[in-house]
Amino acid sequence: MLPEIGHFALILALLLAAAQAFFGIAGPALGRERWYAAVGPAVTAQFVMVTAAMAVLVNAFVQNDFSVGYVAQNSNSALPVFYRIAAVWGAHEGSLVLWAWILAAWTLAVALLSRQLPARFAVRVLGVLGVVSVGFHLFTLATSNPFARLSPAAPDGRDLNPLLQDPALAAHPPMLYAGYVGFSVAFAFACAAMLEGKLDQAWARWTRPWTTVAWAFLSVGIGLGSWWAYYELGWGGYWFWDPVENASFMPWLVGTALIHSLAVTEKRGLFKSWTLLLAIVAFSLSLLGTFLVRSGVLVSVHSFAADPARGAFILAFLVLMIGGALTLYAWRAPLLKSNAGFEFTSRESFLLFNNILLVVATATVFAGTMAPLISDALGLGTLSVGTQYFNPTFLLPTLPLVALAAVGLHASWKKGRLGERRGPLLVTLALGVLLALAVIAGASGGTRVLTPVGLALGGWLMLSSLVDPVDRLRRGIRLTPAIFGMALAHAALGLFVVSVTAVESYTVERDVALGVGESAQVGRYEYRFAGLQPLEGPNYEGVRGEITVSEAGREVARLHPEKRRYWVQQSVMTEAGIDMQLTRDIFAALGEDLGRGRWSVRAQVRPMINYVWFAALLMAIGGLVAAADRRYRQPVGAREDAASPAAPGTTLPGRAG
Amino acid sequence: MNRFLLPVGLFGALVVVLAIGIGRAPQKSVIPSALLGKPAPQFVLPQLGVGGQFDSRSLRGRWYLLNVWGTWCAECRAEHDTLLAIQREGRVPIIGLNWKDEDGLAVQWLQELGNPYASIALDREGRVAIDWGVYGAPETFLVDAAGTVVYKHVGPLTAQVWQREFLARLPPAAAGPARDDAIGPPGAVGALPGGTPAAGPGPAAGPS
Repeated sequence: MLPEIGHFALILALLLAAAQAFFGIAGPALGRERWYAAVGPAVTAQFVMVTAAMAVLVNAFVQNDFSVGYVAQNSNSALPVFYRIAAVWGAHEGSLVLWAWILAAWTLAVALLSRQLPARFAVRVLGVLGVVSVGFHLFTLATSNPFARLSPAAPDGRDLNPLLQDPALAAHPPMLYAGYVGFSVAFAFACAAMLEGKLDQAWARWTRPWTTVAWAFLSVGIGLGSWWAYYELGWGGYWFWDPVENASFMPWLVGTALIHSLAVTEKRGLFKSWTLLLAIVAFSLSLLGTFLVRSGVLVSVHSFAADPARGAFILAFLVLMIGGALTLYAWRAPLLKSNAGFEFTSRESFLLFNNILLVVATATVFAGTMAPLISDALGLGTLSVGTQYFNPTFLLPTLPLVALAAVGLHASWKKGRLGERRGPLLVTLALGVLLALAVIAGASGGTRVLTPVGLALGGWLMLSSLVDPVDRLRRGIRLTPAIFGMALAHAALGLFVVSVTAVESYTVERDVALGVGESAQVGRYEYRFAGLQPLEGPNYEGVRGEITVSEAGREVARLHPEKRRYWVQQSVMTEAGIDMQLTRDIFAALGEDLGRGRWSVRAQVRPMINYVWFAALLMAIGGLVAAADRRYRQPVGAREDAASPAAPGTTLPGRAG
Repeated sequence: MNRFLLPVGLFGALVVVLAIGIGRAPQKSVIPSALLGKPAPQFVLPQLGVGGQFDSRSLRGRWYLLNVWGTWCAECRAEHDTLLAIQREGRVPIIGLNWKDEDGLAVQWLQELGNPYASIALDREGRVAIDWGVYGAPETFLVDAAGTVVYKHVGPLTAQVWQREFLARLPPAAAGPARDDAIGPPGAVGALPGGTPAAGPGPAAGPS
């Protein structure tokens, strides 16, 4: 009975979302202000209904209700309760419900926090979000009903894919979706502004915190996914340029560009149509990611069950949403005028170049991700694009971007006054170079051409970001959350660049064959295979190795890599043994059983690798701190001073708009 | 003015590529099988119902379908009616590879839903399925008279897939009912009510 109620709740959610979309868009369009009142209650009721559906689905998993097909496919009575709950979004159908639920939650948040917005505008924003909700509910109900019954019920379930049986499953998809879906808010703000035919600086100020929070969630989601791949897949890397990784990375890159272009639109009233376009593209890429993962057009480790019917549905949805928004853009954006100007070394120019480089970086990732598809569509055969393409082409625009950020942080709005900041710029650059030299001198080999570049640029950006906050603290000027958050996020980017450079340059890895009692030398470390024991878990069995690692005769780590065989799906999983420390990870994974007690062992020593994810987390925290700044919550009109046009004589023709 | 139309134009081009991608996606589920065009893996396994061993060499010289299934598999239930229809058509025998299942449950399943299989090999440990490169049930292989794997379908069989992908590949020679062969008439599996569709096999359940 309960699953039917869940199904019914989803149907009601669809109807409520349709009402929300209709009254939210038609009300303002037809000038019927009395319709506005229907939008808020529809939002709340839709959230309640999707929450109910979600609760029913969670309950079906917890209670092992194998009469529900989706539960029978993705759970098992031997699966621990924690994973049974996370398994709700472990496959296609349930992850759509999660997506719809997060969207409903974001919409509710917008409804509750938009009291300061003009009523007509707020209603339009909610209306556009309603259209997105309708799309997702229709998709779920028409092609992917998670509540479909199995008759007769399965005696037990097929178990959750063992690859997903990890605590990270509980957090990675929700964070990622919160990011994807969060960009729908910026998208809805953009569509509402185009429907209004008016985009002012107040608009940018409303949009900024939403975009930054979504971006922060996406940063955490991607970071978690990367960390998960590192310790669960047993490959020992943190990024593989897999199509689905790219699908989450592209909205992040465009979202980053959007955050910066919104800053210019808010402070100076420039880049208006460009900002709109980025807001549309950031969400479009999120939707495209959904399409790529679920339609089966690209082959990836992340693929959900491929189903062309689902693909066709999402494509139709993409055409309606993105095609509609871009058509609206072509019609309305030419009406938006920016007439302020700026000098060449002003902050506006730096942010303009920031946007260009980020968009170029996105384009290279996009080209690499889509190339196999395009080649296939043109009948040119299958094409595989890998690290050899992505690494160099991605670095081409992003390395200059790091230098640009280090300098641009010190630029002033409107006027080119960089000369006055020459001192701190040169000092931090010198310190960055010194850091690079010190690291290279201290490291034993491994240095490559880009090693000094990456270390120096990253170190420079880290220090350069801290100049302004330190200066303010010293002079007793208030350090606002906006400035602190910005400095933190940029310093984190510097840290990220330094750590990635260190990992890429100084990782030592070897695949060796070891029997119990034997040892192998990996860089400065000696790996000794100390023993192997049988292992039994709740829904798997396997072996657990013990490997002691010593440096110069002294034991520094004891690793316990595992090889597990999950009973139901009979698949073998590798659990790496990792000793994590501040400066390095010592990693071992069991490969194949070579017979006669010998195993192939993948041994790796990676310096600084934990800072890669720590930096992603810091970036996200920086974003959240900045988004919490009080000025975003000030009433409309309190800060119109920022809109003052540039003084005559100091302007260049507007670059954007 | 024109530059504002550029995004929508680019998007249009992308949609075309994606639409072609969708059109080709069904073929992609075929490509990953390394077995296509290669000899079908040999196996000897216990047989359901009649007892004794099933030796895949007994299939040499004729076309057959190998259907991988299990009672724990929801989509297998969804494709069961299609399998029964194929069996009634009688163009090619269906060999069932009962994968990681319990014999009792399998017998119960066939009594309930009807038995479309000419023979059922019991792959209790899942070793033969590994040889065949099976990712998940159901999967269906088409093997020709020379013992070469001609086609592989992943996921539940439907009438359309059968028409489009399998019938098109079957030669006219295999068109006649292959009733005189050594594996016996389709559906005759010892004590099982072979070939008798269960009364009112409800609507195909399960998400698909």
